[in-house]
Amino acid sequence: MSSLFAFTLLGLFTGAAYAIVASGMVLTYTTTRVFNIAHGAFGMLLAFTFWDFTVRQGMPTLLGLALVLLVVGPAIGWFTQRFIARGLGEAPVSVSLVVTVGLLVGLIGLTQQIWPPEPRIVLPFHPETGYQIGDTYITFHQVVTIVCSIVVAGLLYGLLNFTRIGTAMRASVDNPELLKLFGGRPDTVAALSWAIGISLAALGGILLTPTVGLDYFALTLLVINAYAAAMLGKLKSLPLTFVGAMGLGIAESYAVAYLPTDGFLSTLRPAIPALFLFAVMILMPQAQLRIGQVKGIVTAPVPPLRSAGAWGAGLLVAAALLVAGLSTANLLLVGTAATYAIVMLSMVLLTGYGGHVSLAQFTFAGVGALTYAKLEEPNLFAVVIAGLVAGAVGALVAIPVLRLTGLYLALSTLAFAVLMDKVIFQQDWAFKFNGTLNAERPSFLGIDLSGDAVYVWTMVLVFVLVGIGLLAVRRGVLGRLLVAMRDSPSACGTLGLDMRWFRVGLFGLSATIAGVAGALFAGLRGTVGSADFLYFQSLLMLLLAVVFGVTSVTGAALGGVALMLMPVWQADNPEIAGVLFAIVGFGAVALGRDPNGVANHLFKLGRRIRARFEPQIRERLDGLMPKGHVSSDELAAAGAADVPLVSVGAEGKGEER
Amino acid sequence: MTLLEVDNVVVRFGGVTAVNEASFSAEPGAITGLIGPNGAGKTTCFNVISGLQKPTKGKVRFRGKAITSMPVHRRARKGIGRTFQRLEAFGSLSVRENVRVAYDIHRGFAGIIKPGAADVDALLERVGITAYADERADSIPTGTARLLELARCLACDPHLLLLDEPSSGQDEAESVAFGQLLKDLADEGRGILMVEHDMDLVMSVCDQIHVLDFGSVIASGTPADIRASDRVQRAYLGYSDVDTDAVEAMTAVGSAAGVRLDDTTDTAVIPAVKEGLA
Amino acid sequence: MSVPILEVIDLHASYGRIEVLRGVDLTIPKGAVMALLGPNGAGKSTLVKVVSGQKSPTSGDIHLAGVHVKNAGSDDLARVGLCTIPEGRSVFPNLTIEENLRLMSYAGIPAGAVLDTAFSYFPRLHERRRQLAGTLSGGEQQMLAMSRALASDPALLLLDELSMGLAPIIVEELYETVAQIANSGVSILCIEQFARTALKVSDYAAVMTGGRIVASGEPGEILDTMADVILGGAA
Repeated sequence: MSSLFAFTLLGLFTGAAYAIVASGMVLTYTTTRVFNIAHGAFGMLLAFTFWDFTVRQGMPTLLGLALVLLVVGPAIGWFTQRFIARGLGEAPVSVSLVVTVGLLVGLIGLTQQIWPPEPRIVLPFHPETGYQIGDTYITFHQVVTIVCSIVVAGLLYGLLNFTRIGTAMRASVDNPELLKLFGGRPDTVAALSWAIGISLAALGGILLTPTVGLDYFALTLLVINAYAAAMLGKLKSLPLTFVGAMGLGIAESYAVAYLPTDGFLSTLRPAIPALFLFAVMILMPQAQLRIGQVKGIVTAPVPPLRSAGAWGAGLLVAAALLVAGLSTANLLLVGTAATYAIVMLSMVLLTGYGGHVSLAQFTFAGVGALTYAKLEEPNLFAVVIAGLVAGAVGALVAIPVLRLTGLYLALSTLAFAVLMDKVIFQQDWAFKFNGTLNAERPSFLGIDLSGDAVYVWTMVLVFVLVGIGLLAVRRGVLGRLLVAMRDSPSACGTLGLDMRWFRVGLFGLSATIAGVAGALFAGLRGTVGSADFLYFQSLLMLLLAVVFGVTSVTGAALGGVALMLMPVWQADNPEIAGVLFAIVGFGAVALGRDPNGVANHLFKLGRRIRARFEPQIRERLDGLMPKGHVSSDELAAAGAADVPLVSVGAEGKGEER
Repeated sequence: MTLLEVDNVVVRFGGVTAVNEASFSAEPGAITGLIGPNGAGKTTCFNVISGLQKPTKGKVRFRGKAITSMPVHRRARKGIGRTFQRLEAFGSLSVRENVRVAYDIHRGFAGIIKPGAADVDALLERVGITAYADERADSIPTGTARLLELARCLACDPHLLLLDEPSSGQDEAESVAFGQLLKDLADEGRGILMVEHDMDLVMSVCDQIHVLDFGSVIASGTPADIRASDRVQRAYLGYSDVDTDAVEAMTAVGSAAGVRLDDTTDTAVIPAVKEGLA
Repeated sequence: MSVPILEVIDLHASYGRIEVLRGVDLTIPKGAVMALLGPNGAGKSTLVKVVSGQKSPTSGDIHLAGVHVKNAGSDDLARVGLCTIPEGRSVFPNLTIEENLRLMSYAGIPAGAVLDTAFSYFPRLHERRRQLAGTLSGGEQQMLAMSRALASDPALLLLDELSMGLAPIIVEELYETVAQIANSGVSILCIEQFARTALKVSDYAAVMTGGRIVASGEPGEILDTMADVILGGAA
């Protein structure tokens, strides 16, 4: 009985720290409609700042704490709202997700650059002080934690209910336009809530550092704990968020106490937040379709299949010439780029066409690789099975979207990626703890592909085939449906489309593509392990896909090459390893609002060059090639929606009158 | 059999009661009008019938079966089609593609295997928007977009059409042609339930009219009954003291100057006013 | 004649490609009540949005009390004495009545004074001051919204469809309050679909259609003109 009390108490202490982090996140989300995936990363950055102030510079603890919580944290929050998050609340959910994922990665890079990896210790407050309650010993730090959470709760309550600016915060949740008519300033309100939110992330991070460790990734992942806690209050209610955080803390504590110390269940502890999250999600009521969303987004042009085929053939020829002369090490790099590019194609389908964001796409590749390695059947069949298994897992992850909206789906994929990374991939029946599995290269239809050059070329071939397949889908019935669903889900519903299962299917298909890429990757490497499929890789992948253009196959190809080059550059210049993350992260922050990315600018450039030079070339070729005009007709026929036939419309109207 | 029965439906948002124990019905092969002042709860009723809004209380029956808790897409498959007051066309698709999407959804796998391009063009022809077939749906005029939404509905061959202000954005000639189209659709046996502010259209095509005010049905009857009802006049004109002459004059002013009109574009202005005032 | 409180010159505004205001000219003398009539979609609400700073015009000028305002945010205008009561929901439904009133102090009047004024005009609000505004009836919500106009003594009051969805008897009551505000010297631009109700309290009236002002004058003239046109021409 006393041990139950002790573990409950322990859970409450952890829960109190979670509550502080989560309440900051809920505050920024409700007042500005931006779900800050980088919330934990901000806490991480500021925990490092706190370490720097108190340990490296030797400031008194209280002074350091005050500086971080009252000056640096609020300043960063204010800055972020002013220059990054402003206006993000009205953008599609996918945009705000990409931008905050960019922040997350950028902040990790920044922190690594300022404070390169080395062991750092943050001691609990007054480590030697403690109190005895019955059989239970409570440290001073734990008391501070719980006092802090009570103070935070009290201050937030007071702020929101008894001050005018706090009332204005709640008012701006309802209707910021009306608040302006009252003379209030929604921007000031938003900046204040970000300042407070980031400060609370810092406080929670600092309080948890002695337990979690001063670690770039562990502290960043606190966002999942915070999110799980906040889900209980539907990301809105602060009191329920506190309840959720306490519940999560106690659940974790009981997991330590009562789960067996060996076997599968013993490994579950790090998965508790994710499991808690899934459990709450299943209990959430069905979300209703909303009317009046963003419509008619301009996207990258869809090339006619013939020109896509020509480009694909060109790429294959180029790849053949390339692989013929490369060393094995460089061939592996090209193969890796092809893997990444194929996974990015799965994002083109899901995010570019479908408008959904997945933060676990590379984890699906991991599922594919694991399946392929476990099958130990080096042939086409095993690659297909690997894809199907990944697809099935993807569909399973997407089940919450049956009831909830895209934001929840994206966040649950992050929880899923972490769950796989930390728990499932580490199991004995999977890659084993920090282990690897061997995989042979597949032979396709009896053709031996074990040679490096041939195998890498085959991967490029798969990329081209999947790319052309995607373009075909985009032009066909499915593509139209995807665009229709993105433009108006309500209209699709009232026309009789069951979008819920459709979305699950879309998610599954996208995961299948990623799974195939993973299987090919396993064959390429020969050995694959859990270290190849860290959740963080999926985040980088999303960012690069968006930067290079997640709406086009070209963007996927460029993004794949760039992602492959990143570790290469990092290895060549270890002193700027963090800077590279920062560039990618903040680059995505800057470019995240236009998912068409770099590729679309290339297309525009290409069109401009063609417009400039084509007439001259035409003139010269006219005599030689009378069929030269076919291509423009084709373009019109193929891109009916992109090329409005204004003249036809005008004639029609004339006849009516 | 009654096609649609709305039975004592209540919808509350927070503390605001948008629909208050509304009961009304629609018959197959007939045009039923749902009219009332702004904010009377008409669109909310449509949302309840099509499944986009869960009612706080009350029942909806379609062809004799309760559908109150049925999801949106299943109601559509049972034969309820609707258009939207605030347009929900697929903006980045062409007009033709908009209708094709509907057609594909309706036919399921059959639509994927055998595209019915001819059927789609016939539908565009029928509602009279063939001229716009290849334009992006977010670039066409509002009145045309409303017809597009109607065509999209018809692609699903519904038993009941819910039309939310279908004629706003149309000029007088278009409105007359539109009235004829509605009658034709009803003659095919479809039931039509229509929210509409153009009183001339409502009075000329509707077989039955329900008047909604403060979320409750305050009158039901034929166009002639409704025209004669004092209560309707009051709800519409805002008089607590009914002075018949003034009411008549103001009804005329009201409907002609379009003071009661609720369209989102500005084209529905009665030419007489324009001439007189210009 | 003194400087007009509001002068709108050749104002254009559009939503995307659709032009909604097509050259609006409108002048409201200081202390006057102007009723603006016209079909929905004529651009009346858009005009209110542009004048109140919620939407920027594509071209044209707005002078408030002789001052040329350009690109001023609605919050800035609200703080210098432009009180806008927009169409539909114009209170915060999830805040209590008292909290709603406290937010009205942004217009420059101490919160205590706002509460006093509101409760003295509408004792009903005092009884329910701790209730959420969303639980009030439509009429009571509009009373709450009107409190802002009553308490802040604005230079110009913009009223957009005060009567929307309200019972006639309540509309009459609200317009008595409008008359009181007008008597205290506040200039008002009042958009209304119940033409007669609005004309009763107004000094001038204008008719808007197709994004332009097509007629303006004394209330009686406007009513006569419109009725003449209809009764003479429509049959």
